[in-house]
Amino acid sequence: MDTSIQLTYLLSAILFVVGLKRLQSPATARKGNGLAALAMLLAVIATVLETQILDWTWILVGVLLGGVIGTAAARLVEMTSMPELVGIFNAFGGGASALVAIAEFLATPGIGASTTGVTILLGTLIGSVTFTGSFIAFAKLQGLMTGNPIIFPFQNAFNALLLLAAVSLGAMTLGVFGSGDSQTLFYMFCGLALILGVLLVIPIGGADMPVVVSLLNSYSGLAASAAGFVIGNTVLIISGALVGASGLILTQLMCKGMNRSLANVAFGGFGGTAGIDRSEIGQRPVQSADAEGVAAELGYVNSVVVVPGYGLAVAQSQHELRKVGDLLEERGVDVKYAIHPVAGRMPGHMNVLLAEADVSYDKLYDLDEINDDFGNTDAVLVVGANDVVNPAARDPQSVITGMPILDVDRARRVIIMKRSLSPGFAGIDNDLFYMDNTLMFFGDAKESMAELVREIRELA
Amino acid sequence: MGEFDLMTGLYVFVLAALAGREVITKVPPTLHTPLMSGANAISGIAIVGAIIVAAKAEGALQVTLGVIAIAMATINVIGGFMVTDRMLAMFKKR
Repeated sequence: MDTSIQLTYLLSAILFVVGLKRLQSPATARKGNGLAALAMLLAVIATVLETQILDWTWILVGVLLGGVIGTAAARLVEMTSMPELVGIFNAFGGGASALVAIAEFLATPGIGASTTGVTILLGTLIGSVTFTGSFIAFAKLQGLMTGNPIIFPFQNAFNALLLLAAVSLGAMTLGVFGSGDSQTLFYMFCGLALILGVLLVIPIGGADMPVVVSLLNSYSGLAASAAGFVIGNTVLIISGALVGASGLILTQLMCKGMNRSLANVAFGGFGGTAGIDRSEIGQRPVQSADAEGVAAELGYVNSVVVVPGYGLAVAQSQHELRKVGDLLEERGVDVKYAIHPVAGRMPGHMNVLLAEADVSYDKLYDLDEINDDFGNTDAVLVVGANDVVNPAARDPQSVITGMPILDVDRARRVIIMKRSLSPGFAGIDNDLFYMDNTLMFFGDAKESMAELVREIRELA
Repeated sequence: MGEFDLMTGLYVFVLAALAGREVITKVPPTLHTPLMSGANAISGIAIVGAIIVAAKAEGALQVTLGVIAIAMATINVIGGFMVTDRMLAMFKKR
């Protein structure tokens, strides 16, 4: 291979790392993403120069088709639907890597028990699992199928058996044992890999999708790395490893945010709301206030912390919330936003939704940064969040024991904007609603927020 | 591919993953969604592999697989980088 092409691949790998490094600050992140895109362009140019392409027609058809679909998806997607978009893009990345491995198998007849053979099987397996698994995650997020876990008896044993069958078929494909047409065996192997992807994601509930999307993101990177081993291309191995690491880190953070182990998410069948006794919920007296009362609580204090949850995004009231924040700041109130790691439907989702609503990013604080401040906060406004502020997490007997929460109950005043007293994903009651310093502000988030804007304007 | 050595590949993989971990751990939570969609775009690097297999494809089946692979990887790359840019453009300090 030409040295200049090798050096271009090296430059591309460096730019990927530097680009990711620039993501360490919102001020440089956009340039970082641009560098990563440049790295990709360089890698593609090097490949085109390296490869003897006799017929450009089909290659251009593929690029054009992908380019149009990708552009349209990126421009049209709503920020609330980012998890779905990332889910489906993961599927395509995994699918592409799997197809590279499959095409390489077809192009190498009589492959036998070689390292190339093993890498092809590995690439096919990871890529296929990513492909179908991501589609199921997408369908769950989009509401095309139930968000509740789909569980059947001996599920984990069945899945393990299936994996064993796939491994055996793989070994037979390479002629390690048994006999038969290697191509047929390989197709059966592909089929099993695709089914495995489906089976691994269906038992996971809708509330756990942030973990799954992160994990599949990691897989799509590993699939690219495996494809790199198949065709002996270093830039694929490096980029894939970077994505694999990134996805794994996000997976761990999401698990930590829910105080669950990855094994518990993957095999626990948790995350639905079935089977919990709700008869006691919402039976205790609460104090409530209207928009005028809430405006008075927020408008005359020194510090307010807003805790947005996904309910805010569902009601599309981020913009109204930002107006509330602006008006309070005009009155000299110090306004901060406290974001729980699992506030949105994917890591960092809520931050993007608030950025879209023009909230300055230096006002967004994560859990570790803000938790010590609640004791000195005059008022907390919780909008559309529930489990992430539930003090039951400190109670050793609760189902959410140990989950990191925002300690809003330590503030002098807590105002909770919510439609009703109904529970969140965990399906349990929230003692915060019944505390002496809590005021419930009932109503639809969008309307309530608009009323609140009017009432704060009315304040003297 | 004769010059490609499996062990060297493994070294490259492990070291790249460690470098990735060092860099990515320091990405603040506020940028985790763009990080994920950006990383997603990077996993579209499979486009390189797709072009290589499509270029040497023989017969209708291999050509079809190659073209689908290129299309899927391109969606990932173009869509991923564009949507990440769109998001990052929204992060402003006032």
